[in-house]
Amino acid sequence: MDWNFIIFSAVKIAVVIGVVQGMVAYAVLAERKISAWIQDRVGPNRTAPPFAKHIPVLGRLLTRLGMFQPLADGLKFMFKEDFTPAGVRKIYFFLAPAIAVIPAMLTVAVIPFGSVLGGQKMVIADLNVGILYTFGIVSLGVYGIVLAGYAANSKFPFLGGIRSSAQMISYEISMGLSVIPVLLIVGNLNLGQIIGWQAQHGWLILYAPLAFVIFLVASFAETNRLPFDLPEAETELVGGYHTEYGSMKFALFFLGEYSNMIASSGMMVTLFFGGWTLPFWGLDHPAATLVSGIIHILIFLVKMAAFIVLFIWVRWMFPRFRYDQLMDLGWRRFLPLALVNILITAIILWMRA
Amino acid sequence: MEQSQLMQYLPVLMLIVVAIGFAAGTLTISVFLGQSAKRTKAKDMAYECGANPIGENTPRFSIKFHLVAMLFILFDIEVVFLYPWAVVYRDMLADHATRNLILGSMISFMFILFAGYLYALKKKAFDWKN
Amino acid sequence: MDSLQNLIPETMLPDMMFYVFAGLTLGFGILVVANPFSRNPVTSAMFLVLAVISMAGLFVLLHAFFLAAVQVIVYAGAVMVLFLFVIMLLDIKDEQKRKIKKGFLLAGLLSVGTIAGLFIKGLHATRLDAHPSPTTEGDTALLGKLLFGQYVLPFEVVSVLLLVAMVGVILLSKKDLK
Repeated sequence: MDWNFIIFSAVKIAVVIGVVQGMVAYAVLAERKISAWIQDRVGPNRTAPPFAKHIPVLGRLLTRLGMFQPLADGLKFMFKEDFTPAGVRKIYFFLAPAIAVIPAMLTVAVIPFGSVLGGQKMVIADLNVGILYTFGIVSLGVYGIVLAGYAANSKFPFLGGIRSSAQMISYEISMGLSVIPVLLIVGNLNLGQIIGWQAQHGWLILYAPLAFVIFLVASFAETNRLPFDLPEAETELVGGYHTEYGSMKFALFFLGEYSNMIASSGMMVTLFFGGWTLPFWGLDHPAATLVSGIIHILIFLVKMAAFIVLFIWVRWMFPRFRYDQLMDLGWRRFLPLALVNILITAIILWMRA
Repeated sequence: MEQSQLMQYLPVLMLIVVAIGFAAGTLTISVFLGQSAKRTKAKDMAYECGANPIGENTPRFSIKFHLVAMLFILFDIEVVFLYPWAVVYRDMLADHATRNLILGSMISFMFILFAGYLYALKKKAFDWKN
Repeated sequence: MDSLQNLIPETMLPDMMFYVFAGLTLGFGILVVANPFSRNPVTSAMFLVLAVISMAGLFVLLHAFFLAAVQVIVYAGAVMVLFLFVIMLLDIKDEQKRKIKKGFLLAGLLSVGTIAGLFIKGLHATRLDAHPSPTTEGDTALLGKLLFGQYVLPFEVVSVLLLVAMVGVILLSKKDLK
């Protein structure tokens, strides 16, 4: 048995999970800061540990930027009363947040976040069926929400859960169909190979722009973000599926939502924007040195951050869809559009072959 | 160092264990760290905008959700068939003997399913207005 | 270092994992139908999801990676969602109260026994090689080549089957509407 492989995998898992958690924490901060900026407010600017004011300039700056806010949020979630209302189905009430967060943590496994670093491929699991693995895990994400609605034994969560599961499965079709043109062009399900193809031929957004648009909108719906946040829809369903939840259990739903957002940003970067590559300065070859390996990881993180900012920006710029509009868009617009897109791509390839 | 495909699933298994451990760990920590306050009858009630809950807690919902789930399965199977097709498409295009077969077989497959889709459209299966 | 690396031979790990996943599949399968703690249909459905996922683990061990992924996408992600919907649409409280009738139990055991008998007989009839040919490994491209070469006609028939199912479900659930 190859112990080196196991040890390196364990290190990669630890680092990736740590980075994703950190990104979730600061994505929440970014969300609050950007929303504040869009709405002409200040946002979190005073939470700080006591020692912060003793650090000369930096302490004040970090406090103004709200850099300590996620820490305070996390502590608050942990120390809040862990309340279980009397009417709930107890086992599912505890299981649902776990079931929501586990798939969200698993999706990142196949995304290559860098080329090579110290002889190791920068991906947790280099699976040949990479994309299918992601779709499999994403399709399990429905259970957390539907069980949360069921567990709460209350009207709003229940309706929220049912609604959102119908929404997620509807957009899963569009999502699955939208990547087919990419696969037609590349001819491989392995995400590393897809990036390799893009390094040679140019980013896939240039070849399949329509596929990208469908994938983008579908991932908004899959992650339950505005303009498709109908499972939560405060004005209709109070809080949707997590109405009855509080403290860490609520935090896990939150964590799941943001991890999903990060994972789908990573997927979009990988599928359509060349992953860790940049088409100039020779950055499209697997790294030979330690420095270029780190640069590749940074490129990936920057591209991903751009998508996270897009997610946040869209949330504060667009109003929510009505449920019938949402279903209409998914089933009557995107589904035929994705099918036509596949057909056009296939015929163009057929003519050029 | 290339690892076999089967070995690549070992990190996935490890990640699953870590994820389950993380979820279980945080939930348990919260139970111990979270201070408990007094329970009251109103606090134990299901939230319904401040009013006392009325009627069944898990209300009936529209049959349309069932219809959507059913159609989802059918289209999901179609998508699953598209994956191997997309993977071999270029290879089979390069071969002169299978060139037209690979395009024709999928066009007819999609055409037949599209007929079903049109039927569903006509029967207003995707109409959520009423 | 060499002795450490040979502590557990690489070939043994899949064998061990086979027993783990087979045990999990069987255990979850039994909990679907005979859960001593709960008669809640939702619980049964969730155990079925777990059984399906552990079966995907078995597919991975057989090098059928594509099938494993499809197993999770279609069965765990689609069919079981429908099951949950149906359970929640129906009145599940009656189901929880219903007593197990002896006749049903007997019929169930009889049908399961017949299937098991057929399965065992089939296993005896087909002698598998100890080392199956590597071409049967679940590479997606190989599967595609077979599906769109040798088996292209059955593939087209599948589309008709799906069409029939689609028309059927619409007719059944939209009976009252025009």
